[in-house]
Amino acid sequence: MSAYAGGMERWSRVSFEDRMATVDFRVGTRAHITVDGDTCRGCTTKACVTACPANLFVPTSDGGIVFNYEQCFECGTCYLVCSNEGAITWTYPDGGDGVVFHRS
Amino acid sequence: MPEATTPTVAPSRPSLATAGRPRDAVVDAPATPDFDLVVVGAGPAGAAAALVAARAGLRVCLLERGPFPGAKNMYGGVIYARILDDLIPNWWDEAPVQRWVTRRATVVLTESQALTIDFRSSAWGEPPYNGATAFRPDFDAWLAGKAEAAGATVVTSTTATGLLRDGAGHICGVRTDRPDGDLTARLVVACDGVNSFLAKQAGLYHHEDPKHFTLGAKEVLALPRDEVEKRFVLSGREGADFEIIGGTRGIPGGGFIYTNLDSIAIGVVLGLDGLRKAKVRPEELIADLKRHPMIAPLVDGAQLQEYSAHLIPEAGLEMMPELSTDGMLVAGDAAAMCLAAGIWLEGVNFAIGSGIAAGETAVEAVRRGDVSDHGLAGYRRRLESNFVLRDHTKLRRAPSLVMSERVQQRYPQLTCDLVEALFTVTNPEPKQGAFRAARHHAKRSGVRLRDLARDGWTALRTYG
Repeated sequence: MSAYAGGMERWSRVSFEDRMATVDFRVGTRAHITVDGDTCRGCTTKACVTACPANLFVPTSDGGIVFNYEQCFECGTCYLVCSNEGAITWTYPDGGDGVVFHRS
Repeated sequence: MPEATTPTVAPSRPSLATAGRPRDAVVDAPATPDFDLVVVGAGPAGAAAALVAARAGLRVCLLERGPFPGAKNMYGGVIYARILDDLIPNWWDEAPVQRWVTRRATVVLTESQALTIDFRSSAWGEPPYNGATAFRPDFDAWLAGKAEAAGATVVTSTTATGLLRDGAGHICGVRTDRPDGDLTARLVVACDGVNSFLAKQAGLYHHEDPKHFTLGAKEVLALPRDEVEKRFVLSGREGADFEIIGGTRGIPGGGFIYTNLDSIAIGVVLGLDGLRKAKVRPEELIADLKRHPMIAPLVDGAQLQEYSAHLIPEAGLEMMPELSTDGMLVAGDAAAMCLAAGIWLEGVNFAIGSGIAAGETAVEAVRRGDVSDHGLAGYRRRLESNFVLRDHTKLRRAPSLVMSERVQQRYPQLTCDLVEALFTVTNPEPKQGAFRAARHHAKRSGVRLRDLARDGWTALRTYG
């Protein structure tokens, strides 16, 4: 929750789904990022889960991680905050695929 | 494009802990390569390099993985474009600018307080201007269009997946994801952005540390033009740029707000190490900013138009890679040339400045027929003689000072408490006096005078 109490809040709260719906993603057929489930199951920090601005890393009930590449900003935060070398395999999407900004 | 059927070999140096791990492909370098110059990435660095080289008559290919130049790019808001004065005279008449920044505010934020240094200048609203806000997809496409008009071949929707090397190990082109997609060139300029897999593959980065990067996350909020002007006290094409320190729940970084024509942009910049430890989601920190009593009235009712995020190479000289190797130069964010120095937050100008230097060096090296690392030495010389490396060298201590816990948290709190104490009238108590108040609040904030003196000295040496 907010660190600030009682401020004005007349701007509408958007759901995360609606937030991501404002972004133009041209989804390719190839997953440009993959995660290694076995390594992730042994990871205690799972920093990717909160740090990813697109919220693409979802913890599973068995302690692993499910990753959805489709709404990726291609920023690189996940592999840089990851504490386990090799857990995240990161490439750029194929040419023309992926995020397309218009007003950023 | 010639077909490459040769086997791949491991990179000449061990890969960093990043991941894509592209492999060098060894090819027979043709006597006449496809191009003199392949520039990877059509952002401001790549477009500037391609423009300079194409104008000088080189055969240039400008490669872009997005469907158009600028498609992958976002930033935290202001372009200082005087570096274009010689290259594109009167650039301000045609550049796709949203607003000219005539109001520059630096805001020190705590949970309930804000201290703002608010500067305005009408000179900044007239040619040659100072800062501009712009949508990067518009601006970058415009600049790349200049390169194309000068004769560069712009190839979009094409990702460079690795480097080509000749038998001697010299870089001689790039492999792309197009069928038969090897592009050979006398020289490659890697302007492939903050993650620069090409610079890493070439072995130019020796280590990689999340502490050197920040994440920028931004919301563009739609607001009618007259409402933007009313809230930020602007008229015509005047624009505002607020840079914020504090307000990120102790995560090293800051925030920003700036105006477009009929929208405003608000965002946060977050040190990756702090973000990793804090376990807070980036958009929650934007929400914090939007709720702050000083900021809430500015964004009230404005609807989200586009959410975006991007990494920033934050550590300046400390993280900069080697800038050249046999057959390749690195420019822009790919060479960590973004300037994050607290009171100065610049990047597009450093990208253009390094791109111009790379283009000039390419022309010189190709004409001389020496694209070896030695033959490319003019690149560093050029950067050292203009603002790009001179500013970075002068401000080399700034990133760690600005990101320190004291500058991020203790000093903002101390400063705001002190100003609040000075201007709070507590009659019948008499006034305390500034010096006593300063001592009292310094003690309360846990700031030691020794640290304050040392940081002050560092700041003087850095900014003076």
